[in-house]
Amino acid sequence: MKQRPAADLSKLPTFGIGPRSPTWWGTLAFMALEGTGFALAAGAYLYLAYLSPEWPLGVPPPNHWPGTIVTLLLLASVVPNHILNRYAEACAMVPVRIGLIVMTLLGIAPLVVRWFEFPALNIYWDTNAYGSMLWVLLGLHTTHLITDVGDTLVLTVLMFTRHGYSGRRFGDVGDNVFYWDFVVATWIPIYLLIYWMPRLD
Amino acid sequence: MSSADLAHGRDLAPQRAAAQKGDLAPERDGPRDTGLDDASLERWLARTWQTVPGIIGALSSVDHKIVARRYLITAFVFLCLGGLSAVAMRIQLSGPERGLIGPDRYNQLFTMHGVTMMFLFAVPIVQATGIYLVPLMVGTRNIAFPRLNAFSFWIYLSGGLFAWVSFALDMAPDVGWFSYVPLSGPEFGPGKRSDVWAQMITYTEVSSLAVAVATIVTVLKQRAPGMSLDKIPLYVWAMLVTSFVIVFAMPAVMITSTFLILDRLVGTHIFNPAEGGDVLLFQHLFWFFGHPEVYIIFLPATGMVSSIIAAFARRPVFGYLGMVLSLISVGFLSFGLWVHHMFATGLPKLGASFFTASSMLIAIPNGLQIFCWLATLWDGRPIIRTPLLFVFGFFFTFVAGGLTGVMLASVPLDLQVHDTYFVTAHFHYVLIGGSVFPLLGATYFWFPKITGRMMSERLGRWHFWLAFIGFNAAFFPMHIVGLWGMPRRVYTYPVELGWGNINLFITAGAVVLFLSFVLFTINLVYSASRGAPAGDNPWNAGTLEWATSSPPPSYNFARIPVVTHSEPLWAERDTLPVATGLRVDVRELVISTVAEAYPDVREKSATPSIWPLFAALAVGATFLYSIFSPWAVVWGAGPIAITLIGWFWPKGDPEDEE
Repeated sequence: MKQRPAADLSKLPTFGIGPRSPTWWGTLAFMALEGTGFALAAGAYLYLAYLSPEWPLGVPPPNHWPGTIVTLLLLASVVPNHILNRYAEACAMVPVRIGLIVMTLLGIAPLVVRWFEFPALNIYWDTNAYGSMLWVLLGLHTTHLITDVGDTLVLTVLMFTRHGYSGRRFGDVGDNVFYWDFVVATWIPIYLLIYWMPRLD
Repeated sequence: MSSADLAHGRDLAPQRAAAQKGDLAPERDGPRDTGLDDASLERWLARTWQTVPGIIGALSSVDHKIVARRYLITAFVFLCLGGLSAVAMRIQLSGPERGLIGPDRYNQLFTMHGVTMMFLFAVPIVQATGIYLVPLMVGTRNIAFPRLNAFSFWIYLSGGLFAWVSFALDMAPDVGWFSYVPLSGPEFGPGKRSDVWAQMITYTEVSSLAVAVATIVTVLKQRAPGMSLDKIPLYVWAMLVTSFVIVFAMPAVMITSTFLILDRLVGTHIFNPAEGGDVLLFQHLFWFFGHPEVYIIFLPATGMVSSIIAAFARRPVFGYLGMVLSLISVGFLSFGLWVHHMFATGLPKLGASFFTASSMLIAIPNGLQIFCWLATLWDGRPIIRTPLLFVFGFFFTFVAGGLTGVMLASVPLDLQVHDTYFVTAHFHYVLIGGSVFPLLGATYFWFPKITGRMMSERLGRWHFWLAFIGFNAAFFPMHIVGLWGMPRRVYTYPVELGWGNINLFITAGAVVLFLSFVLFTINLVYSASRGAPAGDNPWNAGTLEWATSSPPPSYNFARIPVVTHSEPLWAERDTLPVATGLRVDVRELVISTVAEAYPDVREKSATPSIWPLFAALAVGATFLYSIFSPWAVVWGAGPIAITLIGWFWPKGDPEDEE
């Protein structure tokens, strides 16, 4: 088929950040499907709680303090996370490197406290269905936490190499910020389900 | 928006000066396609976009057409395996008390038939068709996230091999394709058979979620300039809606299978009523996926039907907006029906009534689509070729299956025929009628694009009539024998029940259906090498995949088309408006805005890489190991992390750096 030029794209930029970039949309799609997983696991927990004559089942409610500390750490991390985002948008290398180191540490800190969350549940996964669901919910979120911390760590190293000086990389930092928000946001309902729902009368 | 507007740059999105500020390496520029003559342009693009020859090159390919072709062939092999298992069952059931297959093998056979047809054939083949066609139809050079797409194929292949090797080792799942607890649970499902089911699900769902994400982003962000939402081909709309349904439905079955394997492997009690768990929870979670699954298979087929009807009726499909809204509403409604699979479980009456109403409601948008197609054919000048014959077969069969669906939506009738052959008949009418017939039509329709050769029309007509007659002969009598009370999933039945003759008839129908597929295979193989050359656009169809050569070159389009109409090739019959200004020495494509498809960014597409294969091997080995030990997750994490880093770490290609 014959062709005739109808549009000149030569002046278009070679990268876009946020919703202009396909990676951002891909991240959003993964959040949607993982969020669905979280919602269904939470739904299964509520379903079993609704059917059960008592909840928690046969044990005292979990000690909420490790979970509360994790919650506070995660909420606090949102502020530097968004500061980092602003620097990533400006493609400013030094503050981005500092921000990534800060975010790596702020990812490891809740993971350390998370270690103490499991024993604080006061029940094992194989004791009864209540215990199973607590471990499933906490495990599901911990998987996301570990994955994102690993991702942040690799990205941090990458930004210290020559590969960092690229619009795509700064876009990756922005998407990492975006995903961390998701990890924080999904924790809030899970925190309430694990620690506070068993305390409701 | 006309192409003239784009040419004047009036509608270009405002360019933010992102590239000019910050700590960025200076932009390296390369040769552009502007002003290049056709021969040198094609030489440049062929070198930039080629899949390197050789085994490593083949294993590293990220070309959506090559990956799609692998998917299509693999899915076809699984179709044959699923079909042969059906033939084996039909021979066993052809008379009362036959001894060809024992109960244990029979249980494995019907389970493998179900999981193969649903997870290894139907979903992968509709997605594979999308992987091939969607980038071509939206006028781009590769699918979004091409390495993720390649990864998805390797995961799918290993999941399928895993299931069938298990069958060969006599450890295939034997509890039905939905693997209900408690039968599949730790107490009643000894051995590894249910674990095989659970992890096979995990493989195939990971793969199909990855393809869904790639498809969504391709459709939203990589459409050719000017292809605003109201100019997207209906097939692409169907794939977009399907991909969204996958994103929200597939996690449910992954959660289900993960819960099951946790119960079996580490002793959780999620489905154990003795310790506060619940067996019906399994059914809720499974069918929250399982009902949308039907539409995951059916919606792409409606897109194929729309493409075929438009091409052969010689006019755009009647009621474009209504068609799109129907697709979207079917997508939404598909999540509100799952409980109608559970009417026999003693749920509260009010809940059951709600799901009866919603099950009947979904007939409305589906009916609307059927009437739009009929109106298109009525108003057009239909040319009856094999693809259109299969569309007619689809109308008849799917409408019949839809009617028994409306019957089954009513609780009293459902309770009577629950777990009988009536249900088997119903869902084969819906699935074969609603999806396989359109797929067969689509094969005849798009085969010329994929191979450059036409399929034999004569063999095609024989294929259609054999398939149509064989299918109805095999499945229509199942309604009757189901009403007589013959249950599903029995390996034999006593003489006294008098079901022998009708079952013999059913088996004869199944053999005819099987022969039609033999004929189809012959046609495929023969036409691929000896068929008449097809040319770019053998059917004079209007969508963009027909604007390029058959088969398309690695870069799909020498220049990205500019779209002015929903059937671009009918609107611009002589010359195709195209965009210029892209680099030819790196893999560059156009990212456009979501709604209006204004060109926005010149983005680089990922280069070939062997790492997706390595990542798939690491992930696959972890899944495999996990049916034996929970520590698989711990030991697997390292290799998976290493392969993912290898995948994403920039190698210095311009595609990585700029």
